[in-house]
Amino acid sequence: MKRINILSAATLLALASQQSLAADITVEVQNLTHGLYFTPIAAAAHTADVSLFKVGETASTELQMMAEGGSLDGITTIASAASADMISNPAGGLLAPTMKASADLMTADDNVMLSVVAMILPSNDGFVGLDNWEIPTEAGTYTVYLNAYDAGTEANDELRGSGAPSMPGMPVPPPLEPLLGTGGSGVAGADTNATVHIHRGNIGDDSLTDGKSDVDNTVHRWLNPVAKVTVTVR
Amino acid sequence: MKSIKNYQKALLIAFPLALSACDDDDTREVIVEVEVPAPEVVPVDVSYDVTVTNLTNGQPVSPPAVVLHTEGTLWALGDVATVSLERIAEVGDSAEFLTQGAVSAGGSGPITPGDSQTISITIQDITNAKMTIAAMLGNTNDAFSGLSAWDLSQLEVGDSWTTNSPAYDAGTEKNTETAETVPGPAGNGEGFNPTRDDTGFISMHPGVVSVDDGLTNSTLTVEHKFDNPVIRIQVTRTE
Repeated sequence: MKRINILSAATLLALASQQSLAADITVEVQNLTHGLYFTPIAAAAHTADVSLFKVGETASTELQMMAEGGSLDGITTIASAASADMISNPAGGLLAPTMKASADLMTADDNVMLSVVAMILPSNDGFVGLDNWEIPTEAGTYTVYLNAYDAGTEANDELRGSGAPSMPGMPVPPPLEPLLGTGGSGVAGADTNATVHIHRGNIGDDSLTDGKSDVDNTVHRWLNPVAKVTVTVR
Repeated sequence: MKSIKNYQKALLIAFPLALSACDDDDTREVIVEVEVPAPEVVPVDVSYDVTVTNLTNGQPVSPPAVVLHTEGTLWALGDVATVSLERIAEVGDSAEFLTQGAVSAGGSGPITPGDSQTISITIQDITNAKMTIAAMLGNTNDAFSGLSAWDLSQLEVGDSWTTNSPAYDAGTEKNTETAETVPGPAGNGEGFNPTRDDTGFISMHPGVVSVDDGLTNSTLTVEHKFDNPVIRIQVTRTE
């Protein structure tokens, strides 16, 4: 086994990492789900004292914009203010089920943490997220599986509606338009947990014209994990 | 392999038998060359025990197919399922899947919830093969679990490795959950159907809905629901 070599290499790298050297990485995001779309993806390398979201804390208005409507405007603002290095929309739009998107990123000194966010559709304020994952300093390929989170900012009514912050309902872009039903009565009111938390999943129903939900229960449910992030460090 | 002739040199020292003569010439060295056959290269068995445990409440796991291969993948998330994988995912028939790779071994029967089954597999000389496993969740349309091209080179003799595997969807059959389309005991319906009417790609499985959770025509009940992971796989290298 190579345990001794790895240990000694790790020791050297631990010394090296104290210098917070810039890194040359590739970030690939794969949508693992059967029927969900991801809105434009943001991947940011930033300092350890910055977060795009934290589980158990109230979502920022910038995160809310992303989670309710897929807009990266707010996330971009946070990233710029933090002097983060950011990949924005590597898929060039929606990332369809099982598809991948990737981009290269040169990280500046001290931008040693990676965060990734994208809204999941159909949902009211669901998103796939990676929060402050330390970028390895040793060259290699690393894999992280991501769960679906609920931003806690909007009722999960599962009805067609708006992607604007604080407006009810789900945005329905073209690929989802023919897949969703109409005329649902609404699944749920405001979240009991108003902080960022693990998403409870879509309920959906089996009617395209009525029922509680406009979501198809055989297509738009999911089980975690929902995304695979592959980071290549050169 | 080519036969290689080995030559062994033997040094024979002949001692004088006669004790009476004590001249220097009485001790002589004789060099004799002897031809011996090359040693036979005996194949070394590299064997693994694969134990699959069913972690679900109400999903029989079809007899697992275990294949060792040296390159590529036999299935991967995002790929179009092969027909042989479709046969596993839609009806649990692994015969065609097991014709792939260098060596393969199939399970002895379905694994009921909570139960385990150990499958032994042996390959000769190769210690860096890839292991692929696939088995159906029987009370579904086309759900399966398993392992894709896991690198065995990290296992020394006596080492074990354990992983938990999630449910995948072969993407070959819509998840209607009707009795006509679920081959397991919850439906006793049709198994393999070559028509593909779903996404077309292998993905994570979204879970079963069941009649208890809002799918009116489902033959499944809350008993058949599952969450990830659905099976545990333990691989032990035995020789």
